[in-house]
Amino acid sequence: MSNKCNRLVDVGRRQFMRGGAFAVAGAAAATVTSAPAQASPANAQLDYPSNRLANIADLAVNEPMDIEYPDADSPGILLKLGEAVEGGAGPDGNIVAYSVLCPHKGWYLTYSAEDRSLNCPGHFSRFDAEVGGQQIWGHATQNLPQFTLRVDAKGDIYAEGCSDLIFGRPSNVL
Amino acid sequence: MAYKRQIDRLPIPPADAKVQNVTCHYCIVGCGYKAYTWPRNKQGTLENNAFGINLGEQQPADGTWLAPSMYNMVRQNGQDVHLAVVPDHECVVNSGLASIRGARMAENRPSRVTGTQQQRLSDPLVWRNGVWQPTTWNDALDLVARVTAKIVNEYGEDELVVSMFDHGGSAGGYENTWATGKLYFDSMKVKNCRIHNRPAYNSEVHSSRDMGVGELNYSYSDYEVTDTIFMIGANSLETQTNLFLNHMVPGLRNGAKFIMVDPRRTVTVNAAEEVAGKDNVLHLAITPGTDMALFNALLTYIVDNGWTDNDFIAASTFQGGEAVAEGSSQPAGLGSLNYAMQTCRTSIEEAAGICGVDAADIVKAAEWIAKPHDDGARRKCVTAYEKGIIWGNDNYRTIGALVNISLATGNIGREGGGCCRLGGHQEGYYRPSDAHVGRPAEYVDQLLIKGGGKVYHVWACDHYKTTLNASQFKRVLKKRSDMVKEAMDAAAGGTREELVDAIVGAVNAGGIFVVDVDIIHSQIGQNAHVLLPACESNEMNLTSMNGERRMRLSERYMDPFGNSKPDCLIAAGVAQHMEAALRDLGNDAYADQFKGYDWETEEDAFMDGYNAGNPEVTYERLRAMGNNGVQEPVAGYENGQLVGTPRLYADGNFDRHGRDDKKALFCAAQWRGYAAAGKAREAENHNFFVNNVRANIFWQNQFLDQDSDFVQDRFPYPFIEMNAADMADLGISAGDLIEITNENGATQGMAYPTDTAKRGQVAMVFGSPAGSQGNVVNPGVSELILPEYKLTFGNVRKLADAPPQARAVSFKSKEYKA
Ligand code: SF4
Ligand code: FES
Repeated sequence: MSNKCNRLVDVGRRQFMRGGAFAVAGAAAATVTSAPAQASPANAQLDYPSNRLANIADLAVNEPMDIEYPDADSPGILLKLGEAVEGGAGPDGNIVAYSVLCPHKGWYLTYSAEDRSLNCPGHFSRFDAEVGGQQIWGHATQNLPQFTLRVDAKGDIYAEGCSDLIFGRPSNVL
Repeated sequence: MAYKRQIDRLPIPPADAKVQNVTCHYCIVGCGYKAYTWPRNKQGTLENNAFGINLGEQQPADGTWLAPSMYNMVRQNGQDVHLAVVPDHECVVNSGLASIRGARMAENRPSRVTGTQQQRLSDPLVWRNGVWQPTTWNDALDLVARVTAKIVNEYGEDELVVSMFDHGGSAGGYENTWATGKLYFDSMKVKNCRIHNRPAYNSEVHSSRDMGVGELNYSYSDYEVTDTIFMIGANSLETQTNLFLNHMVPGLRNGAKFIMVDPRRTVTVNAAEEVAGKDNVLHLAITPGTDMALFNALLTYIVDNGWTDNDFIAASTFQGGEAVAEGSSQPAGLGSLNYAMQTCRTSIEEAAGICGVDAADIVKAAEWIAKPHDDGARRKCVTAYEKGIIWGNDNYRTIGALVNISLATGNIGREGGGCCRLGGHQEGYYRPSDAHVGRPAEYVDQLLIKGGGKVYHVWACDHYKTTLNASQFKRVLKKRSDMVKEAMDAAAGGTREELVDAIVGAVNAGGIFVVDVDIIHSQIGQNAHVLLPACESNEMNLTSMNGERRMRLSERYMDPFGNSKPDCLIAAGVAQHMEAALRDLGNDAYADQFKGYDWETEEDAFMDGYNAGNPEVTYERLRAMGNNGVQEPVAGYENGQLVGTPRLYADGNFDRHGRDDKKALFCAAQWRGYAAAGKAREAENHNFFVNNVRANIFWQNQFLDQDSDFVQDRFPYPFIEMNAADMADLGISAGDLIEITNENGATQGMAYPTDTAKRGQVAMVFGSPAGSQGNVVNPGVSELILPEYKLTFGNVRKLADAPPQARAVSFKSKEYKA
């Protein structure tokens, strides 16, 4: 996939821009045309792999399952919560998945079943598994990257995207 | 649900990106960062980039990572460029750590491309025809100068009231404190002035200085080699984040004990317990405002057990009884240890009663501070304090009582010691003498409330959010300002002379003409008549020093937003227009006082001020010293390096009080209960102690974060931590909007259930744009006009059910769970 990156990074930058996005996209196109030989259409968003993580039947409430997404170097958890949460997947709206690399300095988060939070032994940051990975307290400047889930009729759970940049990479798909 | 950035890629800084030194300007710690900038149409690759690492590989923990908040696109020399501001692994202050504030420096820059911080002021604004109209610098400064010159020329300089920063980082720094100081203390002798966070122009630690002890005397490295960290009224994990993580945590890992004095349990206590183990952490959750009784008992116990450092006391402290008698500018007597003990002597049992903590815990604290090791070696102890006592009960005596302990145990000027305030902003004070201000200094808020002052210049202060007695202050200032606005509206269409006359007429009738210099249109700025747009650090070059006196040059990597300017050049512009206006008024002698501001750049202001007093220090040399800079005072320049001073008073000579004998003095700290006017009665008549607290996420940059989706999503309203049983009694649920009231006014916030909150105590975040805690702080101050924000009492009631934004946030404990 690495051959895609140069193009994709450019798209990512545009995606980052808020407000004047259209005007800027125009400006970017103008710059690109100065080197027409290399210009090629880039997709407007990353192509994420669709990875089967588990089947609903494999999950027990409040017992996180270790996963890797979008690739083997990016650890996460898949978690069935006791109640439906906003952004939860599955028929009961209670399944969520997050990166467990702390978006502060990349230490591994651990799950506290006691209050359904993810905690960082690095510098004590905490994230709420029930509120979309919101940082309860900590040093990260974003909430926890949350994986986009799809559950099919068989109950198979697929990850197909991610809400935020994962620690330690310039692009979620490397 | 939590705010999602929906960003999954960022541009890569190319190998030839421009790299500059940045000292984070948000808090006192002054962490080092590197700013990378590169052209709009260029980028690096995974293998070949400015970080020199293979970005195609997942980076390990603590590795280099450009977080989305560290990226933006800004203007540099008129061009849009990519910007990445990344923590510097080589900086000894933070060793590559970023905090939730500093890591957002790039994102908190104004950008017309990405749309960030569009609240920043880009042009001077003048109140005209009922609205603020953008105008030129010349037009705005001319109006400011003509009105100001007329007032000071005809009615004297006491009619000009000034609020101005005195710190480093952000708005301050040596360049800007010098320029404003030169304008108000040299060209004029303005005495009715105050500082951003207190209602007078004064020190927050007068007693420490009067005792001979400058308040920033250690090196951060002292925490790493000490036996005990003794922290009072501070919450360093949140407010000096990387000082705690990069220096205190290693100290705790090296076996240091940790003592915290704070009525509230904070995440700092929690983290210290995680690192050092509960047995090595002692939290003295005292009754609010009783710190002095605790310190006096600790000192008494240390003295009575013979744990004092007698050689140090003999060599470095005053021996002859009373040195300075109590007086109007000297709230407590100062002298030898024996002299002070006559007043300070307090038994452990007495203190336990006053402070509401176990006698055994006070004894344990005394042992951890001063009991020699088993082999007889003296214990090293770093003492660190901040707003809990600076803004607490009886500032002068309380801080004096604390410094007594450090002096008696020989813990100042030595490795592993120090007795320091932790600080808020960085420091960066360089001004002409302020002796004319006097001591006690004028209580400026009261002066304004009583109708004093005709012209008011405000520099980077938003007292509506951050002063005491804020309800009344706002009401009166708004009314007085509106009188001038109405006069200006009525003079619409007239000449400049007619406008000036209309303004002067209105101020003579009780109004006030307000000029606000700021980076945004602040709340107090709503009642200004002229707004002058300033820029921040890195939109200009700025020098400051951090809490261990480490001075750095934080480099300009982008242009000021729009037509905004460095404060120092704005001050120069005011001075130049004052000169012209005074000449027009026929007062040449007065006009001549405003010469000497022909600066083109901030470096010119630096050379005119700081460099004139410290000729070794130049921009070029500071730039070469990089993010590690040099610790002040600068002792010389050798082998291409500035030579600094790691620790003050290493020679045992104490001189902050200016005494020729260079002997430190002890403070006769007499416990008097709640000393400031109205506090004891307020405590009796209300159900809750209203603590005034800071939060990691936005302390020191909340004014920018009102424009941050990430921050607003977490705390859409100012939080008020509250015990669940108290909430139940009052019918309050998590996220409900609640009101705190007392005789001074009311304020509001969002209830945050907190299992560690004591019953009858709430903790409200300070300085919020959405709820000013100062509304309920009474006007009572100490003898030297220090506010007591921390000592506030009120009642609580529910205003409304949790609004949707509040319902969507997490209300879980802030404490780490292993
Ligand atoms: S700890 Fe302070 S100086 Fe350091 S990055 Fe955070 S806000 Fe900036
Ligand atoms: S790495 Fe998680 S808090 Fe620092």
